[in-house]
This record gives sequence, structure tokens and C-alpha cells, in this order.
Amino acid sequence: MREDVETAGLETSDAVAVARTLRGERDAYRVLVERHSRNVFRMAYRMTGNRHDAEEVVQEAFLRAYQKLKQFAGQANFGTWVYRIAANYAIDRIRTRNLEQSRRQMSSGSKGDRLDIDPMANAKDTAPSPERLAASAQLAKKMNEALDALSPAERTAIVMRHWDGCAIEEIAAVLKSNTNATKNTVFRAVAKLRKALQPHAGGISAARAMGSES
Amino acid sequence: MSHLSEEELIAYQDGEAKGRAEVAAHLEECPECREARARIEAVFAALDAMPVPDPGADYERQVWQQLEPKLPEKTLHWWQGLLGPRRLVVVGAMAAMILAAYFTGIWVGKKNNSRTDMAGAEKVRERVLVVAVGEHLGKSEMVLVELANTEPRKSEGLINISSEQKRAEALVEENRLYRQTALQEGDRAIASTLDELERVLLDIANSPNEVTPAQFESLQKRIEAKGILFKVRVVNQDLREREKNQKPSPAQGNSETQERNKA
Repeated sequence: MREDVETAGLETSDAVAVARTLRGERDAYRVLVERHSRNVFRMAYRMTGNRHDAEEVVQEAFLRAYQKLKQFAGQANFGTWVYRIAANYAIDRIRTRNLEQSRRQMSSGSKGDRLDIDPMANAKDTAPSPERLAASAQLAKKMNEALDALSPAERTAIVMRHWDGCAIEEIAAVLKSNTNATKNTVFRAVAKLRKALQPHAGGISAARAMGSES
Repeated sequence: MSHLSEEELIAYQDGEAKGRAEVAAHLEECPECREARARIEAVFAALDAMPVPDPGADYERQVWQQLEPKLPEKTLHWWQGLLGPRRLVVVGAMAAMILAAYFTGIWVGKKNNSRTDMAGAEKVRERVLVVAVGEHLGKSEMVLVELANTEPRKSEGLINISSEQKRAEALVEENRLYRQTALQEGDRAIASTLDELERVLLDIANSPNEVTPAQFESLQKRIEAKGILFKVRVVNQDLREREKNQKPSPAQGNSETQERNKA
């Protein structure tokens, strides 16, 4: 409840800052950038999986938001709006990155094309035994690989749904899809992660312990 | 009932309300489905355990510093920019500083044209800046103290902070001018405090005219969290010391002292 009041306070304050920015006061935009950039960074990092790309996403999202500020016109709170812009840009960036990777792999004659042949779809539950994996660190690595192997839409869905607690409708708006299809995207993402991590049962129990600590 | 599908289990784990009681009842009875559910639960736990690096305490400022040069200027006519109410104050302040420095220069030049006096003129200009920044910090401190010391009653309606807000708006413009000058002069300590002060002043300037007691408290907390009042006081104290040290010795004569004081 207390948080709600504070959020409401920030939203009102954001609306004032947006109005001032639109009047040409560029400094007012600084308030918005400083209030929301950390949250956008967290999402961007989870989407892209690396700091460099995440920082790029943050810059581009706030630049685009500034350019489109007239369109914003108080339709939602600024934080949600810039988050969506960032999520869309992160999707584009992942797609471009994946395409470049696949081109490189094609030109070097590599067989395992991550994009065209989804490794998670073929993942079998018969990979190395749990004993061979050093619990959580190894699991984090596996999880990163599994997340990288998701399609951009699936990764967006899991980041927005699981980490940021977004409603299905919000995710659907970013993915330009309907709610049923978005629900399916979330299911598919979780199922793929489950398959990819299935062989690492030992690590998973370690992660569960870590998760309960955090 | 046959076993639950993975979709049903994921939806259940995800908090889906539809058919929740049935799924829960089935899980009670079916060890296989419980095991399948535990695997999905483990995926969520593994996601929770994934770290995101801390981008650093100064991250927000870095983002702005990189972003600001890329932002296109809004299309204002030059005179609109200069004649805006906030900018008039700054233009006035700038003009006063330039005139002060100019007349000081002329005065020093008339007295003596030697290199030593050129250095003297430089010192006077620096003193002009020290005095001006000191005054600016004093005014900023007053705004911050007023906000920090107000205790809103819970029963109270909206609190009007338009006076503090207007003063903060004017101070933001002045602040930017002094921050840039301090940077040019290579005075990083002052520039850094002025930068932090600018962020707080912007926060105040961009608050609504009237706030609820809870919103007001939230603003106070944001100001307090940055410890800016303490930093402003420390820098102001430092500037006063500098001002004292820059004061001319009695041997320099009264007329010179008076002129410098005027400056």
C-alpha cells in the first residue's frame, strides 16, 4: 500500500516532467532517465544476457522515448512505456545478433545453427549425469545457454512474465500478439527451459536453495 | 482424471486461477504429477537464482551523460529560450558575472600592466566565482532545509510546494552554469557536488505544485537518501575558507579591498 502511494507520487511527478520536456526543457527529461534507467537496465540485461547490449538498449530506449514523447501523451505511466520501448528494441537487437551469429556459423561451415534448428526442441533427457555438473555455477551457465536458445519472443515472454511480473496483456502488447498466443509463448519458453535443464537435476536443487535464499 | 499436461502445470505454477482447485486436488493424489510439477518449480527457482550485475551507484548519471548529447533540441526560437522566466535569471546572473570580471580586469589593468597583475585579475575572477557559487549553495540549502524540516500531518490535505518548486527551477539553471564553469576550471569536487545538487533540484522542480503528505514524505526521503544537504554544507564551508584565504592582505590598501569586495 505504502509502495502504491509512492508509485502514484512518482507517476504524477513523471507526468510533470514529461509535460516540461515537451515544452522544451531538456533537463526535465533527466529526471525521467534517472528514475527509470536502472529498471530498464535489469530487464535489458535479462533479455540480452550481456552488459554491453543491455547498456545499448537503455540508451536507445530513452532516445526513442524522447523522440516519441508527443505520442506518449499520458497513455500509461512513463516507466511502463519506456520499458516497452526497451523490450521491443531488445527483441530487434537479439534478432540481429542471432542472424549475424547464424551467418558467421554458415560461412564457417558449422553445423549447429542455433536459430534455424532449435536445439531445445531436440534436447533429450539423456545428457550428462548430475554428478558431472558442479551445482549452481554450472547450472547458471546452462540456464544462460538455454535462455540464449529461446526465440526472441520466448525470451521476452519469460523475462517480462517471470522476472518483472508483467500481465499477459502487457507482454502481448510488446509481442504484438493476442493473449492466447502469448500464453502459449510463455508455456513454450518454460517447457524448453525445463527440457534443457532436465539433465542437471543436481544443479537445479542447488538453484532452488539459492532461489529460496534470495 | 488422467495426468496433468505440462501446460496445465506451468499455468498452475504461474498462478493461473482457472481450474486451480482441480489441479491442486489432482496433485494431492498423483505422485507423478507432483514430480513433474517439481521440475517446473525448479526451472522457476533456477531463473530466480540468475544474477543481474549491479551497474554501479553512479549508473543513472552515466546514462544521462551519454544520452544528453544525442538528444535533439526541441524547436524553440532563440529568443524564446532566452526570454523564458527561468533563463532570464541566469542571463542576468551571467551578465553580472561578466561585467564584474570585466570591470575588475579594467581596474587591475589601470593599476598596473605587469604579468603579476594579470594573475591578480585571474584571482579576482576566481573570487567572483567562489562568492557566486557560495551564494547559490546558500540559496539551495535554504530550499532543501525548508523541505526537510516540514512535517506534514497525516490529516492534512494537499501540501503546496509551489514556492520551493519555483525557487528550485531558477536554481537549476544557475546550478548548470556554475557546474560547467567549475568543470572548466578543473574543480572536480565542486562540479561533482553541483551535479548531485542539480539532480535533486530537478526532482523538486519536476514535482507537482501540490502533493499529498505521502508524496511529500517520498520526496523528502529521496532528498535525504542522497545526503545532498550535508555535501552542500561541506562545500559551502570549503568555499568560505577559500574566500577568506583569497582576501587581500592589509598592505594592499583600502581602495583595492573595496573594489574587490564590489566585485
